[in-house]
Amino acid sequence: MSDDKATPGRESEERIPAMQSILDNPFLLLFIGVTMPTVFYLIWGIMEIVTLPVAP
Amino acid sequence: MTSYMPPADRVWWKVPVGRVELVWIALALLWCIIMFLMMPYWHVYGKQNLSTEAYQTTPAKFGARVQEMVDQYKVREEAGMPVVAPPAGSDIYLLGRLWQWWPILELEKDQSYRLHLSSMDWQHGFSLQPTNVNLQIVPGYEMVIQITPDKAGEYGVICNEYCGIGHHTMVGKIYVKE
Amino acid sequence: MATFRVCPDSGFYFNRSAERLIKVNAVAGVVALLIAGILALGVVLTRWQEVHLLSPQDFYLALTAHGINALIFWIIFFEMAILHFASSTLLRCRIATPGWAWAGFMLMLLGAIINNVAVFQGRSSVMMTSYAPMQAEPHFYLGLILFAVGALVQVLVFFGTLVVAYQEKTYEGSVPLVTFGAITAAIIAVFTIASGAIILIPTFLWSLGYIGHIDAEMYRIVWWGLGHSSQQINVSAHVAVWYLIAGVLFGARPMSEKVSRFAFFLYILFLQLACAHHILVDPGVGTEWKIFNTSYAMYLAVLASMIHGLTVPGSIEVAQRQKGYSKGFFEWLRKAPWSNPVFSGMFISLVVFGFLGGITGVVMGTEQINLIIHNTIYVPAHFHATVAVGTTLAFMALTYLLIPVLFRRKVILPTLARWQPYLFGGGMTILILFMLGAGTLGVSRRHWDMDFTGAAMVFEYPGMAYTLMAIAAIGGLLAIVGGVAFLLVTVGSLLFGEKLEPSAGFLQSFLGKALAPSAYAVERPEMLPRAPKLTVEEHGSAGFEAPGTFALAMLLLVSFVVYYFINWKYLASVWPLS
Repeated sequence: MSDDKATPGRESEERIPAMQSILDNPFLLLFIGVTMPTVFYLIWGIMEIVTLPVAP
Repeated sequence: MTSYMPPADRVWWKVPVGRVELVWIALALLWCIIMFLMMPYWHVYGKQNLSTEAYQTTPAKFGARVQEMVDQYKVREEAGMPVVAPPAGSDIYLLGRLWQWWPILELEKDQSYRLHLSSMDWQHGFSLQPTNVNLQIVPGYEMVIQITPDKAGEYGVICNEYCGIGHHTMVGKIYVKE
Repeated sequence: MATFRVCPDSGFYFNRSAERLIKVNAVAGVVALLIAGILALGVVLTRWQEVHLLSPQDFYLALTAHGINALIFWIIFFEMAILHFASSTLLRCRIATPGWAWAGFMLMLLGAIINNVAVFQGRSSVMMTSYAPMQAEPHFYLGLILFAVGALVQVLVFFGTLVVAYQEKTYEGSVPLVTFGAITAAIIAVFTIASGAIILIPTFLWSLGYIGHIDAEMYRIVWWGLGHSSQQINVSAHVAVWYLIAGVLFGARPMSEKVSRFAFFLYILFLQLACAHHILVDPGVGTEWKIFNTSYAMYLAVLASMIHGLTVPGSIEVAQRQKGYSKGFFEWLRKAPWSNPVFSGMFISLVVFGFLGGITGVVMGTEQINLIIHNTIYVPAHFHATVAVGTTLAFMALTYLLIPVLFRRKVILPTLARWQPYLFGGGMTILILFMLGAGTLGVSRRHWDMDFTGAAMVFEYPGMAYTLMAIAAIGGLLAIVGGVAFLLVTVGSLLFGEKLEPSAGFLQSFLGKALAPSAYAVERPEMLPRAPKLTVEEHGSAGFEAPGTFALAMLLLVSFVVYYFINWKYLASVWPLS
């Protein structure tokens, strides 16, 4: 897929891009993966039903 | 050989992506956006949208409202069940309980009604057939939707949420008159 | 001490503790599949109205146990095996805390047994969803809780093993893509199990009488955090299995690490929001909540699945073209090993998951379209496409691979094994297509009697609905034959298959007897190197590396668009609601 023109020495000096570092960190991903549905699905959803008005 | 080995490049994030994938991602993303926009579009231009009007209630409270309607608008009985014909545009009530939909509603074609739905006991599934409208009926919650029957006829209300051994006998009726 | 053995055929390094854990989890899963399969027979033969085999009591019992064993126990046990494989075996690493992993496994086993006992005692026929306020017996919930806790322990051991591998530098660079897919599955598993704990523990206390009331809508929202997400673990796990099989059979490399990993990242972010698919016609939740969650925040997890749907076969196409199968659009596919159940199982899983499972899932998960589909038999049709074919057939394909590699046994009955994926996948496809049709006619799911015998009011389904259900049942029976074939081949191979080499063997290791020490000759495997670099050769036409796959993907997109708008058209024909 890639053409390797850089020498091994030069390549290892290159900084790892931020996105690659994020994807290489399973615990950060775990945090994101649990937070997203907890906030958007669970908490938001439960807030909707507990704030329903009482039938007149 | 390599899907289960570490990426060949140390900085794989910067390896250029092939054309097949880029084109496909662009098309798929476009389609995702269209599908996403269809839902708000239908809220504005479509006729089949679910209102979000709902209340916290209790079986006793909801049962009393249903009884009130039955007392006021009952026109006859069928198989021991009251048939009610409330005026067009009014609030109408239907309750689900083990194992019946109560009462029978008689509506007029092309008139709108505010239909209130709740359960007296367990969860039930309001499945209006053959037009095929399906709603979840949850005890403690009163759901209000505006319905406009657009075809005359006899409709069945089936329970399509499992509610115990008599689940299959839970069939109700709605009549729509010309 | 030497604790690794290297598989001479595949080159995988198996750590002794991990190997045993993979085996016991996989075997426990297959036992759950066996129970689910036997019960499927009762379900299928009852819903075939002309046969109508079981009484309502037995039918609802069978359906409850079928659902839980197939959708929870089989797949989660097997996924635990995949997690240990993707961490310890693929990373050439010892398992973090084998003792804890065993404790987790034992809890899962105990929980699965207790739950099954509760269901078969007959007073907990509450379906897999066990919607409050319908109440099961306390040990029904207790079994599920123990199972979930055990699963959580094993998932945490998986994360521990990743740390060990990182610290002991058993691999170079980033983890392999398959392991990354397993990480995605494990992350979703954590949310799944947490949701399960939040709702099942109070429900358990309620069944014991310590809590007076469980709010039915609250139960629904939180329970689906468990019920739907558990099936999203499947998606991530079986996509990882697709990549693994593509790699093992074809030497396929991901077309782009960046694209495939980013697609998994989209799963981590958005896939679990789709628990809202089940709440679309419920009272009390707002339109914004529904649209945002049901669409995975603008269908970004669907985008991810569409990406995997291209890159998995695309990577196979590229690999095949490099081997010289480069004529026209599809020589690479025609010349694929269709008689190898590892390949055919995986490829049927991929096609049916995409064309049937994926498209129907998105359609019925559309906020308004759900009105004409919710709780009809369309829903089980959809999830048989995703779970029974997508996940189960992918796991079956992996099992054929593991019999020689992990268990060191030769597969018996090779002809039956060759036909098994076609039988199971074909039967399931018939079941799915005709149940989709019956659902469109309004036939209810979880329903004993299409004739409504004993009801005070009369309602009749159109005659076509009966025909569709009967044909679906025949498909279901074919799939069950395919399931029996799978069990015959796998269990038979483990018990009677020719031993490939001195190794623990299934029965010995399962009963915990001492292993032949000579089998584990490696103290520390060599560091797992990066994949070799490839010098790019263009085999596709006009710089398109995988034109055949792209054509198939376009076919998927066109089917998707057409079917999606057909359903809007159908929705427009029902009573106006607002």
